[in-house]
Amino acid sequence: MKKYTYTEKKDTRSGFGAGLQQLGQTNPNVVALCADLIGSLKMDAFKAENPDRFFQVGIAEANMIGIAAGLTIGGKIPFTGTFANFSTGRVYDQIRQSVAYSGKNVKICASHAGLTLGEDGATHQILEDIGLMKMLPHMCVINPCDYNQTKAATIAIADYEGPVYLRFGRPTVPNFTPADQKFEIGKAVMLNEGTDVTIIATGHLVWKAIEAGEKLAEQGISAEIINIHTIKPLDNEAILKSIAKTKCVVTAEEHQMNGGLGDSVAQLLSRHTPTPQEFVAVDDSFGESGTPDELMTKYKLDTIDIINAAHKVIKRK
Amino acid sequence: MADIQQLQKLSTQVRRDIVRMVHAVSSGHPGGSLGCTDFLVALYNGVMNHNPKNFTMDGKGEDLFFLSNGHISPVYYSVLARCGYFPVEELKTFRRLNTRLQGHPTTHDHLPGVRIASGSLGQGMSVAIGAALTKKLNKDNSIIYSLHGDGELQEGQIWEAALYASANKVDNYIATIDYNGRQIDGDVENVLSLGNLKAKFEAFGWQVIETEKGNDMASVIEGLAKAKTFIGKGKPIMNIMKTEMGAGVDYMMGTHKWHGSAPNDDQLAKALGQLEETLGDY
Repeated sequence: MKKYTYTEKKDTRSGFGAGLQQLGQTNPNVVALCADLIGSLKMDAFKAENPDRFFQVGIAEANMIGIAAGLTIGGKIPFTGTFANFSTGRVYDQIRQSVAYSGKNVKICASHAGLTLGEDGATHQILEDIGLMKMLPHMCVINPCDYNQTKAATIAIADYEGPVYLRFGRPTVPNFTPADQKFEIGKAVMLNEGTDVTIIATGHLVWKAIEAGEKLAEQGISAEIINIHTIKPLDNEAILKSIAKTKCVVTAEEHQMNGGLGDSVAQLLSRHTPTPQEFVAVDDSFGESGTPDELMTKYKLDTIDIINAAHKVIKRK
Repeated sequence: MADIQQLQKLSTQVRRDIVRMVHAVSSGHPGGSLGCTDFLVALYNGVMNHNPKNFTMDGKGEDLFFLSNGHISPVYYSVLARCGYFPVEELKTFRRLNTRLQGHPTTHDHLPGVRIASGSLGQGMSVAIGAALTKKLNKDNSIIYSLHGDGELQEGQIWEAALYASANKVDNYIATIDYNGRQIDGDVENVLSLGNLKAKFEAFGWQVIETEKGNDMASVIEGLAKAKTFIGKGKPIMNIMKTEMGAGVDYMMGTHKWHGSAPNDDQLAKALGQLEETLGDY
């Protein structure tokens, strides 16, 4: 098992803030909008350095999405910022008609996704956002795994023509990917080559997949670990290549089982090469208040759950 | 600016197009289309600075229009075609399979003249504000226009947008309300009353002007000219324009019945008998 280390834990939302700040300095067409959550989204630096290109819209997310769509007409590249719940479910029709169907170059940037929002509870812990967004035709859906990758993704999507949903979160997680990485939209990242089982993870579950891989190696199981930061378009080739070798797969994500990364992988495999699959995901449930760690344990999104799923799926081969 | 008589002739032809388009596919929305004909004819033929022969999505240096009440697509398509955005002949494809003239307007099929999809109501004001902000960022002194149904004002997003536009002094923007008092289920007053609309927008910080006769070409032009005098004065501008749903076809007026119904063969003949063919049918 390849060894991964990190010097510090950082929140992915700060990666977004840093990426946005850099874009403010390098791309004059980038503009940003926020619905009363500048601090939570780490948009302060962009706002301070580019006051003319920053729009505080207040607690009015539908209006924010519409304004963002309009800003593209004349060449601006708008980045909207609010919590994942208010970035998707609350404004689904606005995104559908004014952004996706209209083909507008809007970047919907969503923090506090999933259970790791913690104590605020289920009203804010959206676990359906990946599904909502990936169902929209031509919507690109990205869920990076750490600070460095989120920063790189933020910078990369400015050069991508078309609507993007960028998902990140609040908790600090190991920052292990290279600071100078080149972020390639739609390209899977191979973290560890293995032969017994493929573990495909996204977002905060990527580090847990690495931890699971280390434990599995101690138990004599060789796990191939893939970081899927882009859920749509999915890197079909990388997944199929891995499954051809391991013949079974575990998917891991901080999202509902319905509509998430696991669904996308299952759809791909059922069409090409039906394969035993286990899902580490929330099983048709809302979240609740608690610390992020407590919630990840209770809802079975922890390292041990990936390990258990790996054992189970290997037996099904 | 074309003279009033020419514009009236164009309006009559556009009205013929509208009833023929919806009749041909037995679907579509003639009522609001007929009511907004004079407004759109005036807007696209003298009021707006625009370039039909060389459409670009960004529309730099041009005034831009956003149709928020997308269901009145028949009048929009006819006016766009008759000022040169696309061939008038294409009107015959309205609502048919593989057309660029979808039931509700869209950018998806790259129809020149259309810059946003609309149909799901309440979204166009936000989009127009965004476009107005980009004009300001680009130091482009052009004007943004939008049109909304009165029933559409029941959507909450409109009021989010109205609040934003005044708070942020979006003063390169003229919105118009098609104030015909009717919606699908009946009179707006009975479905969900808007109360004192002028007072509401004034309370939201808008400069409000009223066009009393939205189906009289001279009044429409006068209203838009007056609206323009408030550009750059620190407030968004609202033009509350009274119209008659179904204007120009006697049996379609005075009722909400023709909001979304197409005439049959006899009804079409009757309508066309009231609308002289002035510029040639498509």
